[in-house]
Formats: sequence, structure tokens, C-alpha cells
Amino acid sequence: MLSFLLRRLGVMLLTMLCLSLVVFFFVNLEPNLKKLAIFQTESRATEQELNNWLERNGYRDNFFIRYGRWIGIAPKQPVRDPSTGQIVPRFRYCDEPTKATFSGVLQGDFGCSTAFRTTVNKKLPAALAATGILMFWVMLIMVPTALVIGVLAGMREGSKLDRSLSVASIASTATPEYVSGVIFTAIFATWLGVLNGSAATALTRGFSFYNFTLPVMTLAIYGIGYIARMTRASMAEVMTAQYIRTARLKGLTFRAVVMRHALRNALIAPFTVIMLQFPWLLTGVVVVESMFNYKGFGYLLVQAAANNDIDLVLSCGLISVVIVLVTQLISDIGYAYLNPRIRVA
Amino acid sequence: METLGIFGIIAGLLYRLWPVWAALIVILVVVRVYGSRLGLFGQLFDSAIGTAGVMICGFWVFTAIFANIIAPLDPRVQVTIMKNAVPGAVDTQTGMAFLLGGDQLARDVFSRVVYGARIVLTIAPAATLIALLVGSSLGLPAGFFGRRIDSVLSFLANLVLAFPVILLFYLLVTPGIMETAIPYAMAGILFIIPIIFFCVLFVTRYSARPALMWTYLALTVVIGFWIYSGLVFNADPLGIISIEPNELNIFVAVVFASSPGVFRIVRGLVMDIITRDYVAAAQTRGESPWYIMLWEILPNARGPLIVDVCLRIGYTTILLGTLGFFGLGMGPESPDWGTAIKDGSKVAQLRLFPWQGVVPAIALMSLVLGLNLLADALREESLKD
Repeated sequence: MLSFLLRRLGVMLLTMLCLSLVVFFFVNLEPNLKKLAIFQTESRATEQELNNWLERNGYRDNFFIRYGRWIGIAPKQPVRDPSTGQIVPRFRYCDEPTKATFSGVLQGDFGCSTAFRTTVNKKLPAALAATGILMFWVMLIMVPTALVIGVLAGMREGSKLDRSLSVASIASTATPEYVSGVIFTAIFATWLGVLNGSAATALTRGFSFYNFTLPVMTLAIYGIGYIARMTRASMAEVMTAQYIRTARLKGLTFRAVVMRHALRNALIAPFTVIMLQFPWLLTGVVVVESMFNYKGFGYLLVQAAANNDIDLVLSCGLISVVIVLVTQLISDIGYAYLNPRIRVA
Repeated sequence: METLGIFGIIAGLLYRLWPVWAALIVILVVVRVYGSRLGLFGQLFDSAIGTAGVMICGFWVFTAIFANIIAPLDPRVQVTIMKNAVPGAVDTQTGMAFLLGGDQLARDVFSRVVYGARIVLTIAPAATLIALLVGSSLGLPAGFFGRRIDSVLSFLANLVLAFPVILLFYLLVTPGIMETAIPYAMAGILFIIPIIFFCVLFVTRYSARPALMWTYLALTVVIGFWIYSGLVFNADPLGIISIEPNELNIFVAVVFASSPGVFRIVRGLVMDIITRDYVAAAQTRGESPWYIMLWEILPNARGPLIVDVCLRIGYTTILLGTLGFFGLGMGPESPDWGTAIKDGSKVAQLRLFPWQGVVPAIALMSLVLGLNLLADALREESLKD
């Protein structure tokens, strides 16, 4: 088990390194840097002046050195104003150390957000907490609903209940967040008027059924169908197993067979599926948060990308990659742990 | 301003969509008459789910084909007095009804949805097809040879899969990136793989019959590079195939995002099929590895692959919608559904004029639902035998 874990962790770190390099590369493409320089010099600067700005602030240094600075394995050099000779921070609104220091992601310094004019460290935790609350409620609604639907459908394969639940789950997998969001808002907010079509007040004036149901519902619906279908397939497979027949022949009631014998074995596969849902949910979170004006992680990502906020995009990218990889790891370990037939060398 | 009632709108829609109904009836009649002789396609109509899937997909395919007959207006035309018009509103000057209302730029929502089907149903299947070829070309050797090749390719596929789709799109489909060579380089690499695939396909099969082989090879290379030059360099000598830089960008991003999924499926299928006797027989005959992969394994993996293609076209449609929803890639005037949903889903817009967002949303949902139902019916069919 230990060597399996270590190997998985090793692959994970390598993946993280590669992906962060890729994100770093794309975010630091020439057009993006130029846009940043134009935005920062805030005047009709000439090509030469833009280049000077980039040069002075270290954006023209070697790619890998800049990457190392961001990670925190190369020292960040202070920037000196050429006219006065004094040390000035790269961006007015973020303090920087006056000496060359190691100050990157590893040291907990995520850089400076140019869109929000503050450090990323001040912006990110609140947004992550907001998204965490959203995710918590989505999971709380999505997982039990999906499992119940899947078990009910898979328990008697081919029955009328199975058919109708299956069609319902197919329909739900065909409904991405931006579609269900629009339809639910039109029904519940515009037409019936029972729910609020915006979740902006949830963070300022507290969560309520009125302002938080629509985002949670919208996010949950896409995942429910998928998890339910996986649960159904797994349940249907278990129900054809020999030991279920034995239990039935022993004279146990159908109910007891399902509850005691089938359920536990049928829930192994959905566990991994639920864990692998996180990357999908991430896209959903971005859609839902920008649609319902909920200022969480997804909203931050959209704002950062739209405003060419290099450090913030990098941080958001890093965090989403970490989330995806950690959930993959948990799903692998959990699968090996739950399933006695898989032995880990 | 006059408006049609709910029955007027329904009657109007039924009337405008007449070419679609005609085509669907033709299909139903053909299936009724020839039935079981149509093979897999005929069998789909045995179940209610299959019939529904074919009908919904058929509806959108024919809507896309006959878009210029069905749509009363050009999707970009603005009729000023119809700004935010309710569904069924009649333009008093021309007497033309906006069956599904007008949007905030005074364009006909119905015409835009109909033309949007054309965009979605060109890009989504084409991107899926390329992703299928790219994924198979890489998945076959990974599953067949295993070892080092498999480790490297699987690692790369997992890299792309671990990338959150939305971040990938934000990095790949920004306006800035079109100034660099990256989208063209990626298109160049991704689109050359299908050409190589077909070349290898014909070489392995017809190497004993050189005349046939060279004909096929010449055809592949000529057609392949004709399309290739049109897509990658936008320099089709005949001027038939052309693609806007931003469309190419979207296309590449979607292919790139969905190829690793195909790779994983093909790799898994190959690892399963490789243990069969006919593969061993081919190996004993001394066939080359690529012959076995392309002519023994791939045809026998077609069942799950067809199901996957159906699901994947749906998924690609969702991805395209996501791109449109975030305003990435597609032009702001574009009638594609994602962009329309984005425009209609702003809080104020949705509160006052819900149809602007709901109509394209339902269109997208129904197409994906049709594809999923079709995939489900195909899976049931393939499990039968």
C-alpha cells in the first residue's frame, strides 16, 4: 500500500509540475504581457516604453527563472525605479520585500491581483470559502438523490420504474448548468417568483432558501443523472450475482436482500464516480457563479481571465489542478480500499 | 403591436418547419417498409427510446440542412421595432410574425435558433470525428504495445484530462492567442494525424496489391492535404474550405479537450480485444502490428465506439455551448446557442424577457438529449447479440 501511495504521489507531483508549467506558459504569452504593460503604464505608451516596463519588472527574464520565482525556488529581485534609484513595488497596491527573497507559491505568496488591486492572498480564501459552502450543499443534495435513484432503478432491471428513472437521468445528463440555470430561473424566479434569480445577497446578507436554492439546484442536476446511471449499472450487475440468488433462495425478503447484501457492494463503483465528479463540478461552479452573481472561486477565475490578471489566473489554475489531482488520488485509494478484489502491490 | 395567441404560435412553428416534418415522415415510411433490412438503423426503431433518439436527432439535422428555407429572416437582420418583442408578435409593416419573440438586438429568436443548429451540427460532429481519429491513432498503439509507449501516452492523456475544461478554454481560446502561432501549430499536429491514420490504414491492407494501394494513398494525400491546407493555413487553392481564425481556435480546443477521452476508451478496448483468438491467429499468420490494430482490433471495437461517438457529440455540443456562454471564440453576432444563452441569461434579461434565453437552452438540451437517447438505444442493441 505504501509504495502504491508513494508512486501515485510521485506521478501526481510530476503532473502538477507539468500542468503548472503549461499554465505559466500560456498566461505569460507575449500578447498577455503586452496587455498587462499597456494597462499598467496607463498611458499611450510607445512600443519602447512598454518594453522598458516589462524589462524593468523582470518579465523579460528567462522563462524558467520566472517560473522558479513564481514557485519560490528562485529569489524575487526588487524593482528599482531608474529615475530615482529607489526601490518601488511592481504594482502600487501590493507591497514587496526590498531585498531579494524567495517568495513564491511554496512560501505562500501567490502574487498580486491587478484586477482587484490587492494581493491574491487577500482575495482567494474568502472566494474559496464561498465556493466550499456551495459545494457542500450541492454534494449534500446530489449524492443521496443520485444514489437513491440509481439503486431504485438498478434493483429491478427492465421494470417500469427502471425505465422511467433511466430516462430521467439521461435527461439530466443532457442538461448542462447553463441550460438548467436558465430554465430554472425562468420558471422559479420569473414565472412563479418563489426563488431569487441572483445569489449575490447570499454572501452579504446571509444564506437563505430564497437566494441559494437556484444555484445549488442548477449545479446538482447535471451530476445527479451521471452518478445515478453509474449506480444503476453497478446495482444491476450486483443483483445478477450468485450470492444474491442464494440469499433470495434462502427465503429472505427482496427488501432485506437489497438492503443487506446488494447495497454495500453496489456502492463501490459510484464512490469513485462521485470523486471524479469534482473536476466536472469545477466547470459547473464557474458557470453557476457567473450566472447567479455569486462571488466565489469561479467568479474570481472568470474575472481574472477576462481582465488578464496574470497572478490570479495562475493561482486559480494551480488550485483547480490540485483539486482535480487530489480527488483522483482519493478515488484511487478509496477504490482499492473498498474493493477487496483489488490488491495493491 | 398585434400578437398571435399560443395556438397561432404553434401553428406557425408547425408550418415553418414543414421540410423537417416531410423528411422525418419519409424516414418513418422507409423504416416501416424496409424494417429489418436496414440493419442496425432499423433495429433502433424497435424500442421507444431508440425511436425518440432518432427522431430528435433527425429533427435537428434536418433543421440545420433546411435552415435557409425554415428561417423567415437572416439571423443577423435587425427589425428595430421588434426589440425584445414577445413570442408571436407581428411586425405591422411586413405582417411577419416573430414566432419565438425578438432578442435585445431586435433579431428573430426563431431564425437564430434555426441557424444556430447549423453551426452546432457542423462543428460538433466534425470535431468529434477528428477527436475519434486522433484518440484511436494514439490509443491503438498504447493498448497494443503497452510498456513505455503506453506509460508516456497515458501520462499525456491524463495531463489533459486533469486540466479543468474551463481553464483550458480560457487559456486556449482567448483573442490574444490568435496573434501567436500556437493554435496553428496545434491544428497542424492534430489534423495531420487523421491523414497518417488513413495512409497507414491503406498501406497495411493493400500492400500486396500495389496498384490499389497507390490509388488509395494518392486519394488520401490529395483530399487530406486539400482539407488540411484549407483548415490550418486557410489557403485552400479551390477556395471551398475556409475557416475563420476564431472558429479554428474553437475547433482545435474542442478536439484537444475530447481526444484523451477517446484515447482512454480505445486503449481499454484494445487491451480487452487483444486476448481474443483472432488476434492470436493474425499474429501467427505473421501480420504486421499495425495491420492487426487497424483491421482486426479496430473493427471489433466498433460497437462501444459508436455509442461513445453519440455521447461525445452531445458532450461536444455542451462544450461548444460553454464556450459560447463565456463569450469565448464565437463572434458576438454568431447565432450559436451558447452565445444566445449567454445574452439571454443576464439577470435582468431573464426576468423581463425569459424566452431569449429559454429557447436556445431548450434547443441545446433537446439535441443532447436526443443524442444520449440514441446512444442508450445503441448500447441496448449491442448488448442484445
